[in-house]
Amino acid sequence: MSTSTNHVQKITVNIPTALRSFTDNARSVQLEGHTVGEVLKQLTGRFPALRQHLYDDGGSLRSFVSIYLGDEDIRHLNRENTVVSHADELSIVPSIAGGGA
Amino acid sequence: MKISAAALNVIRRHAAETSPEECCGLLIGRLEDGTSVLEAVPMANVFSENRNRRYRISPDALFRATRDAERRELDVVGFYHSHPDHPALPSETDLAEATFPNYVYLIQSVRSGEPTEITAWRLSDDRSRFVGEIISEDRQQSKLNQVEK
Repeated sequence: MSTSTNHVQKITVNIPTALRSFTDNARSVQLEGHTVGEVLKQLTGRFPALRQHLYDDGGSLRSFVSIYLGDEDIRHLNRENTVVSHADELSIVPSIAGGGA
Repeated sequence: MKISAAALNVIRRHAAETSPEECCGLLIGRLEDGTSVLEAVPMANVFSENRNRRYRISPDALFRATRDAERRELDVVGFYHSHPDHPALPSETDLAEATFPNYVYLIQSVRSGEPTEITAWRLSDDRSRFVGEIISEDRQQSKLNQVEK
């Protein structure tokens, strides 16, 4: 499959249960883009209410938000500049933490 | 929210066994007409220090568990953790680390190693606070679990 910049890339983004109320209950959404950042921008463009849960006030991905390309956390790749190919799957996975103090 | 007796027992036992450190885990079930928790799945607390007062679930472990749940047509619908010798109320850390609305966060208090009260919370849509939820034991699901066992 060609991955030239002119090719229309269809990327699937898997939406976690807790965010589906912001995506009209869609479990996954098909979007276009050549990098993870572009795809996520499309996602929050289509579903603006998602933005505050994925990004902080400075426009950076919230620290607890992990994005997986296939089975790989994009922190181990090229973060939001990671290049995606047609039919790739992205998953949004929160990092769960807290405690009594 | 509804939760099976089996899941409540797993949380109580995990909290007692882990005390004085905090325990943590996943709530597996369905999010349709409210949250229904069928299973509680203990996870490792991977916080590097002061696990008596902090917990963390690895995103890799959560990613794999989410896939496993989806293969069974279930979802990760929330998380639990314990507050050893502290009230079952969300702390400032809990709020600062809270992720997405619609997840249920269960807090199990432990006193002198014995599980006591358990409470349920959900992050408000504007992310400013936790809102308390009533926990009801799903007796029908509990009976089904007993039959299946």
